[in-house]
Amino acid sequence: MDLAVVVGIDFIYAVATLALISIGLAIVFGMMRIINLAHGEFMVMGSYSAAVAVHHHVNIWIAILIVPPVVVAAIGAIIERVIIRRLYGRMVETMLATWGLSLFVVGILTMVFGDITEGVPTPIGGITIGSYQASGYSLFVIAMSIVTIAGVYLVLRTSRLGLLARGTMQNAEMAAALGVDTSRIYAVTFAFGAALAGLAGGILAPVSGVFPNIGGSYIGRAFITVIGGGPAALVGTISASTLFGVINQLATFASNPVYGEVALLAAAIILIRLLPQGITGRYFRGSL
Amino acid sequence: MLEVEDVYAGYGRIPVLSGIDFTVAEHEVVGVLGHNGMGKTTLLKTLIGQVPVTSGKIRFGDTDISNTSSFRRARAGLGYVPQGRAIFPNLTAYENLRMGFIEDGIHSEDAAVKDVLARFPRLDSIIDRLGGALSGGEQQILALARCLCGRPKLLLLDEPTEGIQPSIVEEILEILIGLHRHQGLAIIVVEQNLDFIRRLSDRVLLIEKGTITGEVSPEALGETQELGGYVAAG
Repeated sequence: MDLAVVVGIDFIYAVATLALISIGLAIVFGMMRIINLAHGEFMVMGSYSAAVAVHHHVNIWIAILIVPPVVVAAIGAIIERVIIRRLYGRMVETMLATWGLSLFVVGILTMVFGDITEGVPTPIGGITIGSYQASGYSLFVIAMSIVTIAGVYLVLRTSRLGLLARGTMQNAEMAAALGVDTSRIYAVTFAFGAALAGLAGGILAPVSGVFPNIGGSYIGRAFITVIGGGPAALVGTISASTLFGVINQLATFASNPVYGEVALLAAAIILIRLLPQGITGRYFRGSL
Repeated sequence: MLEVEDVYAGYGRIPVLSGIDFTVAEHEVVGVLGHNGMGKTTLLKTLIGQVPVTSGKIRFGDTDISNTSSFRRARAGLGYVPQGRAIFPNLTAYENLRMGFIEDGIHSEDAAVKDVLARFPRLDSIIDRLGGALSGGEQQILALARCLCGRPKLLLLDEPTEGIQPSIVEEILEILIGLHRHQGLAIIVVEQNLDFIRRLSDRVLLIEKGTITGEVSPEALGETQELGGYVAAG
């Protein structure tokens, strides 16, 4: 029974992690249709801002939960204003620009911090479940993933800003004709997606370590999850995270983490082959 | 209320409107009649700011809005119901209405939406349905109601009867006549339905090849020879 609980935590942690790294991209790519190849680097900037804050003796919880989303949202707002705003509706140019941006960010981070791994202490120790040990921080990540998704749902569903964002992403020209400042909505939505990426980077910093190239390990899984999830940003992210996270963990338990990653990729290929529009293109249509 | 002075506009290098001149007075309903491709829709898109003015002036009230962005024109009091309705398909009817609300520091969103819903009882039964799941007639009523949530001073209506069943056309017409008579709402309506435009308009402009070529009284719309080539046969 104790083993089942520990294994269950591992499964849910895999799902939660996948959802956490994907939710920002679900906003930027799923809603805004911007292929942001620098999403991983947005997360890395979140991780670094947490690491820098910790080194400056900022409270650990503030360092991983407050500083990263604020810093990355500000950077995201500047990037939207300087680069992305000129490229809406131009998918190839956006891919090239954000790819270049990702290389630029990695270069800058390497120049400033060096090609070494920065550490962020884990603020929660292990917990004992019967004769087994489990990571208390894994439970925290799971809780934060749930809180983050619930928060995004509330913002999009209940706030006026969320409504204007959803309407603008569906038909910006009509939204403008109804008095909506669509430039501002695009900027705020992009910054919101960036903030979520930063938050994910901050939360995962204690378990993943922080180094300039770690964004590469996030971006692939985030895109697979968002594309597999389909057009509904939230329900798509949750359903695809659950599917891919469970498959990843099953294969990991049966063999090792490498096969776990292979199984995740294979599952993604099969899913896109069977459901080209993603899970919410067929099921849960019209959901958020 | 609205002065359009020698306006030229088009898409990129393709000119569509050439030297458009007309005015709309307070509380006036002006119909615009012309064949397909003559620039009727482009005229309304130019007025709302979706097509740029290349030369000439558009004044709304005391303000030159020729180069003003679309959302500022809407906030200034121009309401737009486009051809095809442009309902937000993945928002509910209620959320579509909320999208139309323009904050002015005086009215609340709830009150504005409730006020509009009172005029459109047909929307009650579909208020929680997604916009994309509504019929064409329901979408047209929703588009009109959505626009009214922004309390426009001048309503721009592009082919409101296109593809709509006669009973709903009549309902829309009654609502518009009521808004005009009781609230003094000014309207520019582009329409091919002669009966609709005749019953609603105070005067009718004729447009041909991007230019206003004449004006007729609504009564004259009964005489097809008067219209010459401005409406499709049949």
